[in-house]
Amino acid sequence: MSDVAAIGFLVFVATLLQATLFASLDVLGGTPDVLLLVLIGVALLRGSVQGAVAGFGGGLLLDVLTLDTLGMTALVLALAGYGAGRYGETTGRARAHAPVLSVVVVTVAVALLGFFLHFLIGEEVSARRALVESLLAGLGLNLLFGGPVFALCRAVLRPFQPGERVTEVRLLG
Amino acid sequence: MLGLLLLLALALITISFRESESGPLHTAQASVASALQPLTVAVERVVRPFRDAYDWTEGLFSARADVAALRAENEELRQLLIQNESALQRNVELTRLLEYVESPRFPSDFTFVAASVTSQPSSAFEQAIVLPVGSNHSVELQAPVVTGEGLVGLVTRVEPNLSRVTLLTDAASAVSAIALRTGAAGIVEHGQTGDSLVLSRVSKADNVEVGDEIVTSGWRQGELASLYPPGIPIGRVTYASSLDTDLYQQIQIESDVDFSSLDSVLVLVRGEESASR
Repeated sequence: MSDVAAIGFLVFVATLLQATLFASLDVLGGTPDVLLLVLIGVALLRGSVQGAVAGFGGGLLLDVLTLDTLGMTALVLALAGYGAGRYGETTGRARAHAPVLSVVVVTVAVALLGFFLHFLIGEEVSARRALVESLLAGLGLNLLFGGPVFALCRAVLRPFQPGERVTEVRLLG
Repeated sequence: MLGLLLLLALALITISFRESESGPLHTAQASVASALQPLTVAVERVVRPFRDAYDWTEGLFSARADVAALRAENEELRQLLIQNESALQRNVELTRLLEYVESPRFPSDFTFVAASVTSQPSSAFEQAIVLPVGSNHSVELQAPVVTGEGLVGLVTRVEPNLSRVTLLTDAASAVSAIALRTGAAGIVEHGQTGDSLVLSRVSKADNVEVGDEIVTSGWRQGELASLYPPGIPIGRVTYASSLDTDLYQQIQIESDVDFSSLDSVLVLVRGEESASR
């Protein structure tokens, strides 16, 4: 299976599961975001561009399935995928704590950005609910689900070997 | 690439937000959602057992919370039941006292002060109770104290609003008594053990049998008179024997009064109006 197909498959399945199963798993006011976790896994393993595209595609599909404002989740997840990918490509490379740190930072950032966007388009969202109660519980669940999801991503998307990475830099000009 | 995706997303948001529900983007979204609906339904069916398992587990947690709440409620109701039973018991006791007061057995030249017991005997050495009535309520020193079941004791200390009653089971108590059936006279005193009572100084010539009812004699001799009015029940004979070596009969009696759990009593007051507290 090619990388694109594998990423597409992962994101598609994660989106369906998120819409049908995980969104309804309410634990202490929060729900696990498996799509976000898959996205972080893809971004850490494949980089910022793939992360942004996967985030956009998964978010758009989720917007379609849930009949939400089209593009809203796509925008948030595209930025999340890009950010996680950039972190994986730079300071987070080959660091054991990179997935955990990514989950914490991206989960908080997605909650803040989502809240901000919903606020911009005039939707009434309780800041306490979205940024305190739901976020804390969701963050805990994401950390809990993060391990298995990253293991799955690693199994489907084989990590690059050292030799497969770019070894030369071509100077321009 | 990121910029392109962001622009596209912003454009989608803007159009989706601005256009009507029947606009092309909404229509496209609804169409795609409809097309994916069978897939969503299929996935939903596949994951339903997992969701049911989660709901079941979550139900267990809420069931535990429900159990805790029901236990608390049960405890509250149990307390209420105990209070109700206590009130019922008290009602029965007071009714019994009232029946005694209205019965012919109640001494004719006495009235009563009803009182609840505020202090029970604190030890085997202190066979006395405390009542929340005193001289302000016409209670006098050495006034007899009774219940519907019989004689309880004698007031041995009176304060304005308190009085101390030495029980019949105290070693210092002694009451002149007679066997109701034969008129055999003796003195009721504390026995050898616990709350046991004996009828002492009964002549061997007198006929006393097991089951005979013992009541206060209420004697009067010139200016002297018994502290107790006549006819107050004390107890029933449970043992009677007459040995050749004894001067008097050995008679044990058992009171109907439960001295260990006295709740309400009547203090007999000579010829005054009754009161209760």
